[in-house]
Amino acid sequence: MSVYKPSVTRETGTSRRRAALLAGCATTVLLTVTACGGDGGSTGTAKDGFTQAAQSDGALTVWVDATRMAAAKQYQASHPSVKLHIVSYDGDANGSNYLQTKVQLFNRTGKGWPDVVFSSQNNEASWAVDANFAAPLNKGLIPQATLDGFAKGANDVCTVNGTLYCLRNDLSQAVLWYNAPLLKKFGYTVPTTWEEYQALGEKVAKEHPGYLVGDAGDSFTPEIYLWASKCGANHITGPKAVSVNTTSEACTKMAKLLDVLIKNKSMSISGVFSTDFTKNKAKKVLLMPGPAWYGGAVFQSGLKTPAKEIAVAPIPQWQGDSSPSTGNVGGGTWLVSQHSTHLKAATDFLKWVTTDNAYQGEKAPGFPAYAPAAENWLKAQAASGYYASDLTALKDASSQVWSDWGSGQFSQEAIWAATVKPGLTQGKTIESLLPAWQDSIVKYAQSNGYKVSQ
Amino acid sequence: MAFVAGYVLLLIAFGVLPTCYAIYFAFTNAGGTFTGFSNFVTTAQDFRFVDSLGHVAMYLVFWLLSLVVFVVALALLLHRLSSGPVSQSLRFLYYIPGALAGAASVLVWLFMLDPTVSPVSSLLETLGFHTFGEVIAPGNLALLFTIIAFWTGAGGWIVVMYGALNNIPTDVMEAARIDGANGWQIAWRVQIPMLRKWIVYMVILAFAGGAQLFVEPQLLSLASTGVAGRDYSLNQLTYDFAFQMNNINGAAAVSVELLVVSVSVAGVFVARSGFFDAD
Repeated sequence: MSVYKPSVTRETGTSRRRAALLAGCATTVLLTVTACGGDGGSTGTAKDGFTQAAQSDGALTVWVDATRMAAAKQYQASHPSVKLHIVSYDGDANGSNYLQTKVQLFNRTGKGWPDVVFSSQNNEASWAVDANFAAPLNKGLIPQATLDGFAKGANDVCTVNGTLYCLRNDLSQAVLWYNAPLLKKFGYTVPTTWEEYQALGEKVAKEHPGYLVGDAGDSFTPEIYLWASKCGANHITGPKAVSVNTTSEACTKMAKLLDVLIKNKSMSISGVFSTDFTKNKAKKVLLMPGPAWYGGAVFQSGLKTPAKEIAVAPIPQWQGDSSPSTGNVGGGTWLVSQHSTHLKAATDFLKWVTTDNAYQGEKAPGFPAYAPAAENWLKAQAASGYYASDLTALKDASSQVWSDWGSGQFSQEAIWAATVKPGLTQGKTIESLLPAWQDSIVKYAQSNGYKVSQ
Repeated sequence: MAFVAGYVLLLIAFGVLPTCYAIYFAFTNAGGTFTGFSNFVTTAQDFRFVDSLGHVAMYLVFWLLSLVVFVVALALLLHRLSSGPVSQSLRFLYYIPGALAGAASVLVWLFMLDPTVSPVSSLLETLGFHTFGEVIAPGNLALLFTIIAFWTGAGGWIVVMYGALNNIPTDVMEAARIDGANGWQIAWRVQIPMLRKWIVYMVILAFAGGAQLFVEPQLLSLASTGVAGRDYSLNQLTYDFAFQMNNINGAAAVSVELLVVSVSVAGVFVARSGFFDAD
């Protein structure tokens, strides 16, 4: 056994390092100079509000997450003449920043950008514009008539200084999901105010312990409850400015409500995607405030709730509140690359995937952001016979998302997960964690270059 | 010579050049202007820097201690079993986890640590852990990463130490035995002192590897949807600087700091142990 070999190799290696280091550094400087010098060589034409690369034929590269893979495949099937190169990635789920990471690398190497990309996050415009990645869409690429068809406010997260840089795939307005036969069996009615909701939770804890009126264990928990309660934790006031106040009454009264229900165990803190929830709590869901996509992604495919059980109602409101408000959890966006050399094919794909009834109106798992497709989608969902009620509440909620909660460059979901969730697991109350949450948001916002007012 | 040339070439391409590139980045800004230590100052002032530094330091203490104590102990045990079939199969067993790719073995642990799906869930329940969230509480992380790293990395070192023990001349052991030394005394007074260089070698490499902690917390962060492990280590912070905050220069500054620390620690160990002294 030649176990002494490595040290011998290392010895010679070290004595040579100094010389190699010098040579290496010299080469690096040369390489850098050449790389920088080469950059200015490319020319483009200014059109549609940005400098376009020389257009060419070739395969259109589309990045999608696992869920949107079906959309890309459907497009390929209905457009056999288009050469499509479909790449699957994580869709930036939970603020993974995969797309941003890759774009930064492509910006360095000067090639490799996808032509069209889907992201499950709706804060991509906040960096993709600075990174010169996202192409402006309302300056000629997409006709204004098409853009006018999107639900009111749907593309706000894509708009930077009046220019549109992405199209919303789906809306994720929060509603109150409930198990209709179970609620009837227990003799309860659907709560319309948060006060009634809390009272029902307390009743469930006493009369039917083990059953749940909600879950507060996901990283997007604040986007369901605190956003709906008009808590000003994430008010983006300008391109690089945010106002953060997590201890106003709107925040504390919702935190208190959650704390009461968590304590009496009618609200779980596992998270609806956790193994614990799927295994132990799937059959215990009585009520569940959650976004539009819970219907398909959580109940139908995740928890395998049988047909004709799940129904949908408007999310509760605080007593005496005049205007209904709800939260929003994600809702994907589609971006086109400024560097695309197949802009015609890219915009054709983008238009189809966001507006065409063949996908958005019939097959899409979430509530389409494009209003005419949403109408069709609602009909298709009703016809599928899965839901125990009509889906009017979803449609109504789509225009009731409270607008003072924005999409900054820092991930609110990641901050909540790292700051509040561990405390919750240790048995601390959400109310007691609100100041720490604010502190964390402020720090992340500042380190991302945001001007923060509190 | 030709063999070494190939090594040197690869070392320059994938070791020296990237290092120089990082040093260049660390002292310049995005436009390439020399900025002195400003990148170092900015990154050190980031609110996560001190925390991650503390995390990595704590992890290194756990990881290096467990490595030195258990690897040496297990190698000595293995050596005492001599070369029977038991020893052979044990050596193979120790090595198996090391043969798995790093990320894959972390994924194995993500299952092990989740009481709902873990094969040792009863053990976790006995220890008072009922959900994955309780297992990955912030205070447990350094220990968890040590367990994962030990499981994946220690087997290879046990095999190396075993090889080194086999290289201790039999007459030395023989002499000790004739002088009346028992197994414990032989281990403590003969074998461990003669293993010293190997232990130093292991500590240097393990320190460099441990200081660059990344895969374990990053995967845990993804698996726990950000509850634990995000911005845990300095290397994750560099990743964040480079790709989320578009500050490649700051990222380079932190990685240069890691390099300086690892090289200095290696220097101290080499100097104090007489690592390169001829036998």
